[in-house]
Amino acid sequence: MPKKTPKKRSEAEEKPNFVVSDHVLVPKHEVCTEAEKKEVFDQYKVQPHQLPRITASDPAIRHLGVKVGDVIRITRKSDTAGEAVFYRIVSSE
Amino acid sequence: MANAYAEYETKLPKSIMEEVKQHAAGATDAKLKKILAAVYIEYQRALVDPGEAVGNVAAESIGEPGTQMTLDTFHFAGVSEMNVTMGLPRLIEVLDARKTIGTAMMEVYLLPPYNAGQDIKKIAEKIKETSFREYILEFHIDVLEANMTIKLDKTKMDMVDATPDKLIKVLLKGLKGFEFTAIGTDTIVAKSAAKDEQLKDIYHLKEKIKDVYVNGVKGIKMVLPVKRGEEFLIVTAGTNLKKILAIEGVDTTRTTTNNIYEVEELLGIEAARQSIINEMNKVLDNQGIDIDVRHIMLASDTMSMSGHMLGISRYGIVKEKPSVLARASFETPLKHIFNAAITGEEDHLNSVIENVMLNQPVPLGTGLPRIVVRHFPKKVVKKAKAEVEA
Repeated sequence: MPKKTPKKRSEAEEKPNFVVSDHVLVPKHEVCTEAEKKEVFDQYKVQPHQLPRITASDPAIRHLGVKVGDVIRITRKSDTAGEAVFYRIVSSE
Repeated sequence: MANAYAEYETKLPKSIMEEVKQHAAGATDAKLKKILAAVYIEYQRALVDPGEAVGNVAAESIGEPGTQMTLDTFHFAGVSEMNVTMGLPRLIEVLDARKTIGTAMMEVYLLPPYNAGQDIKKIAEKIKETSFREYILEFHIDVLEANMTIKLDKTKMDMVDATPDKLIKVLLKGLKGFEFTAIGTDTIVAKSAAKDEQLKDIYHLKEKIKDVYVNGVKGIKMVLPVKRGEEFLIVTAGTNLKKILAIEGVDTTRTTTNNIYEVEELLGIEAARQSIINEMNKVLDNQGIDIDVRHIMLASDTMSMSGHMLGISRYGIVKEKPSVLARASFETPLKHIFNAAITGEEDHLNSVIENVMLNQPVPLGTGLPRIVVRHFPKKVVKKAKAEVEA
């Protein structure tokens, strides 16, 4: 019996009662398709390791079911450009 | 009309497009095309050139007005008000990405109807971490009986719907070896469960009981309901974003903390990046300093590059640099050079500082592009080959 209590607690903590993507600080995150991915690499003339990174366990993309190597398109609200697109590559840690 | 805009939709940033749309509302299609073409040329001209030393520009642009800032923490003498870290110390804290910050604060926004001020005191009281000391009105120790009578604060108890029985449950959890009995609605009698030296235990209890955690969110030291504009919100000292967001009636879309690590852990690296910009802007606005947001964005982007928040310090982004000499030139040079020697590290001289050290052109500005020269034109080579064969 005493073992059950901490388990229950951690489950409740894993499921927060708020939606991360609804928060004002969190911009829109989308996973790029393979074609879009290639487009990004061509457009900026970069290698995958040169992109800024985001961890696979990041709360903002955890629910998207991403794998390492995916490119995430982030549409930020910007003070200067109104809307700015940014790319991050999913890394393991 | 819409066609003219569509062509530039991907070429120009949204804010510029909107400005054009606003100012050129009545223009004909042909005119609009001309306007957009002119705007596009102007936009291209305004872009930063490849190889521009943007980091240096940002450092100077933040550093120079930074000399005008308050150099120390403010102390509000006499008043039991908080000492808020601001000015330069706060800026350093943010840029270093410190884990423990001087003044941890939260802004807890509330959902209607609470944001109109309804029950705001009650919610604030619920959020605040409360120890047993706040419920105590007075102690009375009976030496003969070896027990202690605790008189409780009735108004305080009503605020959080507490009863002596509930409090006793909490006390039993936090303290071992004592018995508690409730008398009436506002008194608790404590007695030691030990066989001898009961009185000594009671005296110990008198101090220990004050620090027993009763309710509220751990880490929230102070709460202050304030009115901002039309709505009420709660400003807290101490942060615990995770627990606060789990409370009912809290607006989970706007509630924030000034602890960047908590933001990263709960909302992700992008939110943390934005949060750094916000925190820096807060300090700079407060000090009346005008720095272009682009410089701050660059600093924030650099800090969030690796997927985790790294400070601009020798433990943060400098540690990530691939070049030995670049790391050594920042702080603690010997440590880096020794370690590099031990592990046999290579330096490919791809960045600025190591080339400065070696008196070579730096890959910056006009030093960035390389020209590859073919020593002999093809014709000459062909001719020479033909001559050799002949």
